Amino acid sequence: MLDKETAVKVARLARLKLDDSELENYSKVLSAVLEHFNQISEIPTDGVEPLVTPTEMPVSVREDVVEKSVDSSRIVEAAPEMTGRLFKVPPVV
Amino acid sequence: MDLHNVSMSDLANAVRSNKVSAAEVTKYFLDRIAALNPVLNAFITVNPHALSEAAEVDAKVARGDDPGPLAGVPVAVKDLLCTDGLRTTAASKMLENFVPPYSATVVRRLQGAGAIIIGKTNLDEFAMGSSNETSAFGPVRNPWNPEYVPGGSSGGSAAALAAGLAPAAIGTDTGGSIRQPASFCGVYGLKPTYGRVSRYGMIAYASSLDQAGPMARSTEDCARLLEVIAGHCRFDSTTAKVDVPKWSSDLNGELKGLKVGLPKECFTSEVEEDVERVTQNAIEALKKRGAEIVEVSIPLSKHAVSVYYLIATSEASSNLARYDGIRYGYRADFRGRTSVDLEEFYSRTRGEGFGHEVKRRIMLGTYALSAGYYDAYYRKASQVRRLLRDQFLKVFEQCDVLLTPVATSPAFKLNSRLMDPIAMVMNDVFTTSANLAGIPAMSCPAGFSRDGLPIGVQLMAKHFDEARLFQVSFALEETLEREERVPHVF
Repeated sequence: MLDKETAVKVARLARLKLDDSELENYSKVLSAVLEHFNQISEIPTDGVEPLVTPTEMPVSVREDVVEKSVDSSRIVEAAPEMTGRLFKVPPVV
Repeated sequence: MDLHNVSMSDLANAVRSNKVSAAEVTKYFLDRIAALNPVLNAFITVNPHALSEAAEVDAKVARGDDPGPLAGVPVAVKDLLCTDGLRTTAASKMLENFVPPYSATVVRRLQGAGAIIIGKTNLDEFAMGSSNETSAFGPVRNPWNPEYVPGGSSGGSAAALAAGLAPAAIGTDTGGSIRQPASFCGVYGLKPTYGRVSRYGMIAYASSLDQAGPMARSTEDCARLLEVIAGHCRFDSTTAKVDVPKWSSDLNGELKGLKVGLPKECFTSEVEEDVERVTQNAIEALKKRGAEIVEVSIPLSKHAVSVYYLIATSEASSNLARYDGIRYGYRADFRGRTSVDLEEFYSRTRGEGFGHEVKRRIMLGTYALSAGYYDAYYRKASQVRRLLRDQFLKVFEQCDVLLTPVATSPAFKLNSRLMDPIAMVMNDVFTTSANLAGIPAMSCPAGFSRDGLPIGVQLMAKHFDEARLFQVSFALEETLEREERVPHVF
């Protein structure tokens, strides 16, 4: 169902560089999982609203007030590369 | 004194009344971790500031200030919850060196209550797994028998508790990740109602399913922990504005008039004999306390795992898109390159930073959400999810609480199921429903297999009715014959 060609396409969509053995293994495993999933395709769901959050409570909102949070230097410190208070990346084409 | 045999509640009371100092307690557990963690691998990181944080609690006690309900209690926190200044890895190479600049609300509330974050516990990578074998930091071993898995994904928290490396722990549960390891390690674990506990600062796997919750060695300790971490949080708009009862002061195992439902879909031939025997014992114990047992049916629950995997992986593929190698986390090595193609930058970073199970799930989710498949997979799964939730709501008109096995088997041997993803997936067959429906569910120790491995039973109740779970769990704790068996590391 999920052949290797599709797996290559999906890996590109997911921005995952995978080697051949990974592609082969994942397409096999995912096919099995999807086949298992086919059992639910027969459950009638016409007109059923999808449930995206299980408790369906009103979302609580708050005033959007500017306040001090984490100092930006602490955030930049977590970057793989930084320069001053900036994130650094290799030259990108 | 063997502090690891003292309950969390008693420890807190002893620190509050100045019978023992928070520093002594913390030192005791740090020493125990140093001695036993090399074998168990339950902790990824031990908090180097634990002793100075304990000294602050002691200073409060000395001044006569209220040190909080969890004063001096060392808590083992799953390494999926951000801790300000303390490395948080999600057991992934992707976040191997990530030091968060803020703490999760759960962590802040624990600290506000006087608890000491003793360390960060091991887990399946990004909480994706049921055996703790997908961790980039190596598997955790089950304290009852180190050849067996502790369950997952909160395997480190469960193992730490069972081995007495901490008197209390926090896990997270997306499809059973608190309850299944609790069962495998013989401890209590509760997945709260969706919206009961803030997800702020918890590294996201599947946002509509994820909940952090307490893991402990008694019902009372579990209740006390939940009292501290539950409640509305202004940084998580999905947390409910509902009262947080003081469950621990109201524990009562009297079950007269209580209806316990047994969903027939959970009592099948797939359940191993040991699990079946332990579950029947638990049912008898509840009858003894006056509960009425009724058979019920939740026909769609047998499809819960399929629905869960489609929804969880779809949400994961979206949530994990943030790991791009730019602002934090792992980056592939491009040093010396004069220019890099942006797609190559992302793809290599992600291909190298994520482990197999994570990549597999991102692939499945990306496929399920891709053009042409969305309706057939994600939308379909979300529709069945509503039908399943409605079946649960209906069944709670016939009973107050549901009782099922937690998993079809006790803990299994390391490496025995890793190569069979379907068998691994079926570990979650009884636990995923509660996440899909958003209801609270709890695993309580109920007995042992013939091989001496612990087995728990699962209790489920309707939304925000954690009180029922604690009531029934407490009744089981009081009624079941105490087997004086402890893991060999004690």
